[in-house]
Amino acid sequence: MRPLLAVNNLRVYYHTAQGPVKAVQDVSFDLQAGERLGLIGESGSGKSTLALAIMRLIKPPGRIEAGEVWLDGTPVLSLSEEQMRQLRLASIALISQGAMNSLNPVMRVRDQILDGLHDHGLRLSRSEAEERVGELLEWVGLQRSVADMFPHELSGGMKQRVCIAIAISLHPKVIIADEPTSALDVVVQRQVMETLRRVQEDLAASVILIGHDMGLTAQFADRVGIMYAGRLVESGPVGDIFSQPRHPYSQLLIASLPTLEKKGVFQGIAGFPPSLLELPPGCVFHPRCPYAMERCSREEPQLRPVGPRHQAACHLLAEGQEVTA
Amino acid sequence: MTALLEARHVTKIFGGGLIKKRRTVALEDFSLAIGNSGQPMITGVVGESGSGKTTMARLLLGLESPTQGGVFYQGKDLRQLSRAEWRSFLQDVQLIFQDPFEVYNPFYPVDRVLMTPIAKFGLARSKAEARALIEEALQAVGLRPEETLGRYPHQLSGGQRQRVMVARALLLRPRLIVADEPVSMIDASLRATVLDNLRQLNEGFGISLIYITHDLTTAYQISHNIIVLYKGSVAEVGDVELVVGQPQHPYTQLLIGSIPLPDPSRRWRGEAPASALGQQAGDGAGCKFADRCPQAFSLCLEKAPPLFQTDDHRAAACYLYRDHALLPLEEMDQVFARRTAPARG
Repeated sequence: MRPLLAVNNLRVYYHTAQGPVKAVQDVSFDLQAGERLGLIGESGSGKSTLALAIMRLIKPPGRIEAGEVWLDGTPVLSLSEEQMRQLRLASIALISQGAMNSLNPVMRVRDQILDGLHDHGLRLSRSEAEERVGELLEWVGLQRSVADMFPHELSGGMKQRVCIAIAISLHPKVIIADEPTSALDVVVQRQVMETLRRVQEDLAASVILIGHDMGLTAQFADRVGIMYAGRLVESGPVGDIFSQPRHPYSQLLIASLPTLEKKGVFQGIAGFPPSLLELPPGCVFHPRCPYAMERCSREEPQLRPVGPRHQAACHLLAEGQEVTA
Repeated sequence: MTALLEARHVTKIFGGGLIKKRRTVALEDFSLAIGNSGQPMITGVVGESGSGKTTMARLLLGLESPTQGGVFYQGKDLRQLSRAEWRSFLQDVQLIFQDPFEVYNPFYPVDRVLMTPIAKFGLARSKAEARALIEEALQAVGLRPEETLGRYPHQLSGGQRQRVMVARALLLRPRLIVADEPVSMIDASLRATVLDNLRQLNEGFGISLIYITHDLTTAYQISHNIIVLYKGSVAEVGDVELVVGQPQHPYTQLLIGSIPLPDPSRRWRGEAPASALGQQAGDGAGCKFADRCPQAFSLCLEKAPPLFQTDDHRAAACYLYRDHALLPLEEMDQVFARRTAPARG
């Protein structure tokens, strides 16, 4: 089956006076229709840059250096600016990090929702527009009367729902949600994620959920990709990633999570993430890896299959050794 | 034994004046004594935004004055401390903030945040002595002095910056540290180390901690006792094992059920709708959680629930437990579990 979205060897650098910051380095993955992919990474892992690159929203000094992005047969990176503008929101929508704070403070919710529709050439009569906005608000679990409100009259959770309503207003095939709940309390977070999941299922759309919260990803995604220093180091079905992570970084990251069951058993990962200006040679994780071998500092490991739809980039796996955390 | 720091019937109301007419009760009738048992403990204070947890911290630190009640340092109201007493308060009670970047001046190396308290409190008689103190404090939080000193804040990771702040607090050998969301801006792989540092302050240096957070999992990991706040009132309090293991207050149950577990085979639980009666609850005199509570009944709408002591080491402010003995709010800490070291798995 042809994937809905295919990202091939995408590479994004930010050009600074100190040299290129290698934010995304040769990342490839597929997204099937209706699939929920969670991309996990810590600060500086390149996950947000990846989202912006897929949307072609990288601003200078950032630049897409190489790679391809195919959306339903369309080569996204080769489109003209105008074609790209039409594609955004209509085919692929982004709920960016802190989207709820980017709502226009002096515009009513109704006009913010209609803005996107008008921009994509929809001509609606007054009553049609009212109906469309009302439907969208109800779809995300808000009352129709919210249309008359200004952002400051809404709670964080309500604002985030408005952002979801805007994102789905043209029934996109792919929704990219970058940390959509990072500023929300845990109860509201669950409600917003349930809303996102419901509209995703209604639309049969695919979602890429980007974040650092492993718990949230475990609850939402079908498939998980783990990023480190601009690379995708492992990807696989959510159950396999959490029950048998194969890359040492994934294993240590999962082991570093505090739980409500066992006390004092979680541990941090020694060392610090590398500077994207001066990456270590070989495997980018080797300076922090407890299993690093001589080969790891010399040669960069490539993603290779380690199970059904499960890939990891680690030399230990290539040599048939089992890594156990 | 006089408590090191004690809040007695503290209420803080914002607004209500001529300019900002709407009154917000940020914290209501809150009492807590720290350091009266002789055993340094870690007390977790958990709540969502608007729960009053940060207001509580600011009141305890004297950064905010209570509307009613008072905060007492060694038995004396913070508002009546002499200069010398205030100075000793500033040394005994330290604060660790959420954002380990904002506290630094970007134009100076990180050494400055460590030198300032030494100079202010005259902790060292010579430069060499100051240096030794700093190195000792940095090593206590697992940082190598030669890799940390002389660097600028932006050259350190968030985890390192926060650990320097822990080292700074430690320099003063305080008796209490109030940590407000100390790990919420730090990546998962580095968070465990900072939490371990905090635990070390308690176990190794005998410092009491108030650990304020919205994250129940980290609070569970390092606290001995926990206070769950909801809209400025205590919902549930006691031994962390009891409160997190078998939560009794419907709000604590909702909070724990909403935590996304990093285990796809255990889905988070949906929220039960409020009971028919609960849905009618307004901003009245009743329980603040009644409008969301699946178990609310008539009593809940009439009067705010007091604390009922359901176990030796736990109490819940909920009428579901009205058959149990009442626990006066000012004796809340009576249910705290007392032990010297946290149980480790």
